[in-house]
Amino acid sequence: MARELTIKVLRYDPQSNETVRAYFEEYKIQEADSMTIYLALTQIRETMDAGLSFDFVCRAGICGSCAMMINGRPQLACRTLTKDLPNEIILLPLPTFKLIKDLSVNTGVWMDAMSKRVESWIHTSKETDIAQIEAPIEPEVADAVFELDRCIECGCCVAGCGTKLIKEDFVGAVGLNRVARFECDPHDERTADDYYELVGDDNGIFGCMTLLGCEDTCPKHLPLQNKIAYMRRKLATVQGS
Amino acid sequence: MNIKYCDALVIGGGLAGLRSAVAAAQKGLSTTVLSLVPVKRSHSAAAQGGMQASLGNAKMSEGDNEDVHFADTVKGSDWGCDQEVARMFVTTAPKAIRELASWGVPWTRIKKGNHEAVINTKRTTIFEDDNKHGLINSRDFGGTKKWRTCYTADATGHTMLFAVANESLKLNVNIEDRKEAIALIHHDNKCYGAIVRDLITGEIAAYVAKGTLIATGGYGRIYEITTNAVICEGIGTAIALETGVAKLGNMEAVQFHPTPLFPSGILLTEGCRGDGGVLRDKDGHRFMPDYEPEKKDLASRDVVSRRMMEHMRKGKGVESPYGTHLWLDISILGREHIERNLRDVQEICEYFAGIDPADEGRKGWAPVHPMQHYSMGGIRTKPTGESQTLAGLFSAGEAACWDMHGFNRLGGNSVSETVVAGMIVGNYFADYCIENQIDIKTEVIEKFIFEKEAYMKELVSKDTGEDVFRIKNRMKKIMQEHVGIFRDGDGLASAVKELEELYIKSQNVAVKNKQLTANPELEEAYRVPMMLKVALCVAKGALDRTESRGAHTREDYPKRDDENWLKRTLTSWKEGDTMPIVEYEDLDIMKMEIAPGFRGYGAKGNLIENPLSAVRQKEIDELTEELELKGADRYEIQDKLMPFPLQPEYKRKNVRLGDK
Repeated sequence: MARELTIKVLRYDPQSNETVRAYFEEYKIQEADSMTIYLALTQIRETMDAGLSFDFVCRAGICGSCAMMINGRPQLACRTLTKDLPNEIILLPLPTFKLIKDLSVNTGVWMDAMSKRVESWIHTSKETDIAQIEAPIEPEVADAVFELDRCIECGCCVAGCGTKLIKEDFVGAVGLNRVARFECDPHDERTADDYYELVGDDNGIFGCMTLLGCEDTCPKHLPLQNKIAYMRRKLATVQGS
Repeated sequence: MNIKYCDALVIGGGLAGLRSAVAAAQKGLSTTVLSLVPVKRSHSAAAQGGMQASLGNAKMSEGDNEDVHFADTVKGSDWGCDQEVARMFVTTAPKAIRELASWGVPWTRIKKGNHEAVINTKRTTIFEDDNKHGLINSRDFGGTKKWRTCYTADATGHTMLFAVANESLKLNVNIEDRKEAIALIHHDNKCYGAIVRDLITGEIAAYVAKGTLIATGGYGRIYEITTNAVICEGIGTAIALETGVAKLGNMEAVQFHPTPLFPSGILLTEGCRGDGGVLRDKDGHRFMPDYEPEKKDLASRDVVSRRMMEHMRKGKGVESPYGTHLWLDISILGREHIERNLRDVQEICEYFAGIDPADEGRKGWAPVHPMQHYSMGGIRTKPTGESQTLAGLFSAGEAACWDMHGFNRLGGNSVSETVVAGMIVGNYFADYCIENQIDIKTEVIEKFIFEKEAYMKELVSKDTGEDVFRIKNRMKKIMQEHVGIFRDGDGLASAVKELEELYIKSQNVAVKNKQLTANPELEEAYRVPMMLKVALCVAKGALDRTESRGAHTREDYPKRDDENWLKRTLTSWKEGDTMPIVEYEDLDIMKMEIAPGFRGYGAKGNLIENPLSAVRQKEIDELTEELELKGADRYEIQDKLMPFPLQPEYKRKNVRLGDK
């Protein structure tokens, strides 16, 4: 027998001029084989509530759009199977990001600002002639950079972060991971001093309380805590700190 | 009324759009990118397997160069491509990948010494020389003579997209996400920007620019089952069509990928087969060698997809509650290889199918079925990327019919095209923005804004009418059933008829949710009629094209007909009409560098030859022989056979290991 699922979704529309408080809306649907939260929400929108807002893009766990709080944990909704959840599923938008409506939050603006803040691009004094053979890179080093480049900016680490909840300007594990990624990329010529300028304060590398929420919730299983600890040790020894 | 001005306006924030924006920003232009979603979430991120570029670094890539890549691409296209554009592309691709490396894309690199690979199900040892250590590696893909597909595990699109997006941020490109272009501003056959709806506030604004570039990707979501992201609805293509001036090319050329996961439609990269994975039927039999003894599981995508369907029709498919499917077996590659190079594939299989593809034997086999994957068709452009008919409108990437893919695209050539077109077209586009001024009257812009504001209000005002989701789902079903891998006259005719009826119905939609701000139902209400126009271009183009070429397979016309159909389909839409106008553009055999012939895979003798092919072949042979006798090198011979335009910076020779 298929289960009947009760899906409770937080509804709130900051765009609306009417003064409506946030409230929970309940939807009851029949569980189908291999049903994901993506499939369930799409069905709800198409048949029960056309105005329900949520975000999906790739629906394959690759793009990071659909992170939301699923029964209290930040997760990618597209690849969360309902069979792994109880009959009652509570969906909330990711905290700490600006709410657009219902389950939709504005991660793009935050992530772009984070990328600019940590200058998330290669800094080099070299001019590359793209018609010439590329500079060789040690295969292990390229793999190590790739490991950290796999972040999809879904926002789970930010939503799961105790520091971010009390410190609005905290750069989050996503930002610190980005610093660690460029730090190990041989194309980038920045030094520890340069990184210290970017994140050497309480809103950066020294703000982390090591609660492990980021690593626990990262859907890509990035070694966030290790890298934060590594960068913190590295930056703690910078002269003038 | 809100009018925003910039020099260069890019619609679409995937790889092609962002790389074009970088080209514009590098020339000092104020550049705006509009995107439905945060740009790093674009569908480009989903490209897994890799990017073709003839670096010739690795052992299995030795001897690769532009000529080999060009021949593969032309054959892959089933001679439907623009060979000049394919030449521009293959010449720039190695530069694109090297540029991306310098921007930090952590390409998988070659390790010197012995390493193991699975080739034709056999474990083989490949030795890499010391001097290759640390250079960019490449893997095998379908329809290519050499191992040419450069990669970062199976997250290639992701690493490329992040690098290019970060480069755009560095150059202060103005990226505005959750903004949707819903119409192009145009006057006297010239384009001046777009009318844009803010997907959060609902505000309608005009973005006026010297030049406009559309890079909104494909239109896979007009099909029921597709590997495409949910945002790939073809709206960028549709707004070009709705000008009535710009034209679309080869819309019927729709690619089906052989190995999306069944039934969810989530892509499992061609890299699975490139790395040595194989297809199996219900008996566990590896069937592709029976059909394609030469290329086996790595024939081009259209061929493999058709063979799979053929095999299932013979009753060799696996029955399941969702329908029939086949198996993809990558377990033979070994757990270590999968966990390193096919990690996303493993994750997808685990999450969506509940299997670990590294488990040996049947336990690890993934259920797969061909599904819609790529749109070869799009906004028809010149080699510069500009529309032939609407000045100032450029297009790049999957949204464009530039046209380097013809009727079938080779795996690894699309992510490659996004960045390469971003470089080439992006530069031509930037030059156009430098050379042209905005000379449009404010009242014309105003008219466009007022029209769209009134349209949105009208959409939410109706209390009774059609359900937009029902129309959309019906459209998807029709496309799936009648405009899929195998097509025939009767099915296509009924599809065209019903799509037209649906289009008429779609103009009478009642939206239940009445707000003009963030409202997913309102978005559907204005998008679905546009999607139906795109769907009609696909279906009508397919109905009229009475031959089989590349991915377009007519069961009632099984032969490729070079005599009558060596031409590109052009569709346009006159305001008020309910059906596209279809015309054709001839491909000139006498200018081709490779005269039409057999592709080397797929059914032989399935071709109605054009007499000019032999004439051109003779010319090519004679000219080549004559030049070789004179001691001309391959660059000189190529230039004599088919000169092609390209910016001098990109036309430079690509240096490779072992060059003399």
